[in-house]
Amino acid sequence: MTVLSNLSPGQLGTIHAIHAEQALYQRLNALGFRIGKQITLIRRANFNGPLHVRIGGTDIILREIEAQRIQLQAV
Amino acid sequence: MKRIALLGMPNTGKSTLFNRLSGASARVGNWPGITVDLMSAKVLMGGHIAELIDLPGLYDLHGFSDDEQVVRHFLSHHAVDLVMIVLNSSQIDRQLSLALQIKQLGLPTMLLLNMQDEAKRAGITIDTEAMAGALGFPVQTISAKYGDGCPQALQLAGQVLNNPATITAPQDIAKLLEVDSLIEQTMHDIVQHTVQMPIKFNDETTDQIDRVLLHPWLGLPLFFLAMFLLFQFIFTVGAPLQDGMAWILDTFRTEALEPMLANIPAWLNGLLLDGIYNGIGTVAAFVPIIVLFFLVMSMVEDSGYLSRAAFLMDTLMAKMGLDGRGFVMILMGFGCNVPALMGTRVMRSRPMRLLTMLVIPLSLCSARLQVFLFMIATLFAANQAAFIMFALYMMSFFTIFLTAILFKQQYKSTEPFILELPPYRFPTPRQIWLRGWQEVKHFLNRATKFIVIGVVLVWAMTHYPTDVAPASAATIAGQIGQFFAPVLDPIGIDTQLAIALIFGFVAKEIVVGALAVIYGLQGDALSQQIAMNIDWVQGMSFMLFTLIYTPCLSTIATMKSESKSSVFMWVSIIWSLALAWVISFAFYQSARALGL
Repeated sequence: MTVLSNLSPGQLGTIHAIHAEQALYQRLNALGFRIGKQITLIRRANFNGPLHVRIGGTDIILREIEAQRIQLQAV
Repeated sequence: MKRIALLGMPNTGKSTLFNRLSGASARVGNWPGITVDLMSAKVLMGGHIAELIDLPGLYDLHGFSDDEQVVRHFLSHHAVDLVMIVLNSSQIDRQLSLALQIKQLGLPTMLLLNMQDEAKRAGITIDTEAMAGALGFPVQTISAKYGDGCPQALQLAGQVLNNPATITAPQDIAKLLEVDSLIEQTMHDIVQHTVQMPIKFNDETTDQIDRVLLHPWLGLPLFFLAMFLLFQFIFTVGAPLQDGMAWILDTFRTEALEPMLANIPAWLNGLLLDGIYNGIGTVAAFVPIIVLFFLVMSMVEDSGYLSRAAFLMDTLMAKMGLDGRGFVMILMGFGCNVPALMGTRVMRSRPMRLLTMLVIPLSLCSARLQVFLFMIATLFAANQAAFIMFALYMMSFFTIFLTAILFKQQYKSTEPFILELPPYRFPTPRQIWLRGWQEVKHFLNRATKFIVIGVVLVWAMTHYPTDVAPASAATIAGQIGQFFAPVLDPIGIDTQLAIALIFGFVAKEIVVGALAVIYGLQGDALSQQIAMNIDWVQGMSFMLFTLIYTPCLSTIATMKSESKSSVFMWVSIIWSLALAWVISFAFYQSARALGL
């Protein structure tokens, strides 16, 4: 069990839980962050910048602080 | 008349579809209770003339963003005969949720699966009949970009309209909208049974381009190099076009207008030729370069590269209390500040939105670009021009960063930064053409509204009273100039430039036209006269002031309507005026102190 922000580029995991208030939860949901989905970390920007992830056919960028709220199970 | 609501997620090509269906007939509609502009158009469908309304893009019918509230307000206050949902075929696995949310409202609905071409390339197949069966309304695959499936979609829409169903009353919609039932399982089942997706599908080309353009070290330098090359392209191609346009306008005046108007009274002749024609002509000479600018901008916008710019710049923007999306808005502001201000609606936290709105008017928009191109050509050698232009863009960034850093304590926020990266797309010539045409229309609209009135007023002020020399100190314009002299003298701005600046408050497009009217000259003669009157230090100070102070009345009005706060609007106006003055003062006085 780990969080999204701990992955290294190329690693993947399955979304186990999303710890976010309702508005953020809904937004993540609409972008495809749903429990049970597989998620891959594609790359990170330098200096603790945003993360580039892929869920299904969708590429998304998000900051480290949001990525810490997404709990993963190793695949 | 039947009413059709067009609705879909962002980045699904909804507006492309709207443009295709509406041709050039779209106009901004007025809907009670809705403050944003909604485009609507009359479209022929199945023997009905229907009104098609382009609602803002939304992710979730129950979401909290402004756009999502607009859609909810619209559906619960206006009866619609058909809801047309547009989704991206290659992301159907998650976007179907929106269709299921709409289904619960019980309105006549149809689903258009757009970007069929991309989905096909990605190896995705969708069984539309099975999906229609599961959803209970028609489903059609289309490509709004290339037009595939659009005739069939119109036919289907006609059929739905011809079978009058029971339509849920708007007040009942309001109640239904409060219920957010679970659709997860249904969505999963439908996707399972109707969509075939390659297990690990990704667009190879996009991945390869991203590996270079989003490279941890090369990404940013490449971004700035790309921007530099685009601007270089615009100016290299645009300069001869601009010269050609100026020549045509000048020839038209001497060969056609002057002989034709030779017999009318002298004052009317002056008003028509030296006032209106010179004023508008000087501005119109810049139209080709501005059109070119917008064509290139729209290509960049539609290509998907701007979201990458957000990724690359977010770390730096975060230090200034902004985020990567704010950077994208600033880039859009290079075209026109007004749509960029409206674009901040995607931000949910008010402080973040206000801070972004405060910096956007400082981005060097295309109207200010005209002023600079004119002044630089007048006062600087050709080989210095590119350097001065570059310095002004850097100055624009500098004032943006400075403002954000100074105000970030007042506008603190914890807005999450989450953004979708669409695959790279190359816009079709038709898309570019439609977009370019809209910009020309927009320019002509502003020209008739502001520039004509502006140049007529400038002409009147510089020619009244009639018994003194035009534009001299005794005219109204001269007196206004003298009134402001105590503030403008220390920054090197003379009476003539002061009048241009005052009218520039209405719109920057007027500035160059106003100068033409004030001097009563056009083209090369105008440039020579200005070069004799002021030196480059004064010109630079004038450009700095023009760059930083309030861009135009439209921007101010947008600022007020988007922030819903007069206080905020005044903060923005006063801050930009003060900053403009201080920077021009610092530049002018230190240049003079150095003996320049």
